[in-house]
Amino acid sequence: MSGNSVISTSALDLVFETNDGPVHALSDITLDIRKGEFVSLIGPSGCGKTTLLRVIADLEHPTGGTITVNGISPHEARLKRAYGYVFQAAALFPWRTIADNVGLPLEVMGLDRAERDARVTENLELVDLAGFEKKFPWQLSGGMQQRASIARALAVQPDMLLMDEPFGALDEIVRDHLNVQLLKLWAATHKTIVFVTHSIPEAVFLSTKIVVMSPRPGRIHEVIDCDLGDDRPLEVRETPEFLKIAHQVREGLAAGHAYD
Amino acid sequence: MIRTRILPILTVVAAIIAVWYAFAVVLNAPFERSAAERAGETISFTEIVPRTMGQQRPVLPAPHQVAVEIWETTAEKSITSKRSLIYHAWVTLSATLLGFMMGTALGILLAVGIVHSRVLDKSMMPWVITSQTIPILALAPMIIVVFNSVGVTGLLPKALISTYLSFFPVAVGMVKGLRSPETMHMDLMHTYSANRSQTFWKLRWPSSVPFLFTSMKIGIAASLVGAIVGELPTGAVAGLGARLLAGSYYGQTVQIWSALLVAAILAGLLVGLIGWIGGWLNRRMGVREARA
Repeated sequence: MSGNSVISTSALDLVFETNDGPVHALSDITLDIRKGEFVSLIGPSGCGKTTLLRVIADLEHPTGGTITVNGISPHEARLKRAYGYVFQAAALFPWRTIADNVGLPLEVMGLDRAERDARVTENLELVDLAGFEKKFPWQLSGGMQQRASIARALAVQPDMLLMDEPFGALDEIVRDHLNVQLLKLWAATHKTIVFVTHSIPEAVFLSTKIVVMSPRPGRIHEVIDCDLGDDRPLEVRETPEFLKIAHQVREGLAAGHAYD
Repeated sequence: MIRTRILPILTVVAAIIAVWYAFAVVLNAPFERSAAERAGETISFTEIVPRTMGQQRPVLPAPHQVAVEIWETTAEKSITSKRSLIYHAWVTLSATLLGFMMGTALGILLAVGIVHSRVLDKSMMPWVITSQTIPILALAPMIIVVFNSVGVTGLLPKALISTYLSFFPVAVGMVKGLRSPETMHMDLMHTYSANRSQTFWKLRWPSSVPFLFTSMKIGIAASLVGAIVGELPTGAVAGLGARLLAGSYYGQTVQIWSALLVAAILAGLLVGLIGWIGGWLNRRMGVREARA
């Protein structure tokens, strides 16, 4: 285990007891994520990628194995607000304005008004939503709502962002645009990002490390290093290096019976 | 506005009045026929019709008789007079409002308890539901008598019957409302390590507001019924319930129907007021306005 590892799991197991019998959601997950990495978890539905992210966030509890986040348990890390979590949907509160939504975690943290306002302004600028403070969520497009939810996650000033298919519900044009923005954000802030997706191009474009997972039971099939350099315009997706890694991911998914 | 809202309502009102007149003729005609028979006269249908609409104690008074009675007992009487319907309506309204406020508060408190405690959920909910299976007509005199025996009379016992009827829809609605936040929103608060009271005030409570107003509309109508029922066993002193009872003692059907109509108008106004406040609050909370 390297010294600057932020998330470290060893032989992690999670079994859900359901009415149809036990479901092995995670099996023998051993993974090390280092500071500043952009790690994508990719795999078909039911491979446990979201469950793994939720275990890291202390939203699910493993039934076996060990996991540490920042060297402490996920529970302690959550209490210390070590991460910002971005859900599949923007999950903004409809009765709050954009600014109040971004300020929500800060209210929970008990920050004073001035500090809250400063952080809201700063983070809305970061996601290009300055000027939309007073709008209500329904007045924004899906892509803008998701950007607001990213600003909300960032407002906590976490070292780590956990993102669960954040752009899954958006169309491809908006998704491309947000991918570029997210990459810029990552380059600017050096946060550790764990990103769940089922899109191969998205994973290859964004990540420094791709974790290929396969279902029944949910397990890690292969970890693929992926480094296309810090400066990645969208066009990088047509380069041979990009296609080679994408091919490798696809092979990995096939070998893990992801297409069965 | 006029075409889409007022016109349909007026059409229905006109239809109701037409049906009402038809029934007034049919139901009051036998009295006129037997009266004519006793007098040894024969009477034609065209002669019966106008007479059915001017009886002293008709089986069913015609709409204009009720309208005249309401006019005489509201506009033409001082509101402090015991014969003023406004005075009686106010007596009922004050018990309704007091009972409704207590019922709403009780309902909200119960819902908060039920949502936050498994023990309360299992122990209270069956009792809340059972409480409404007891016929209020049987219970109301008991409440009045019991309170009377300990010297509590007047507004409070009546208001308590309103409370009894109105806490139920509010409790049930608010349990649903406080449980209405999506899993994702609850997870979100969890990732912030929000405590129970933060989750309550920032998520559960705002989510439940639409449910609150829907159940308050039912609750206030139930409160009015409760206040009227509460006035029946008090010996017909004051209130719309007292007017109903006095009317039925003396066969004053016009008086009964005018009290009924005033009660209905009052209920309509109260429900409309709650709906309007709810709509106003919704807009303030940024909820998307429905397109007209």
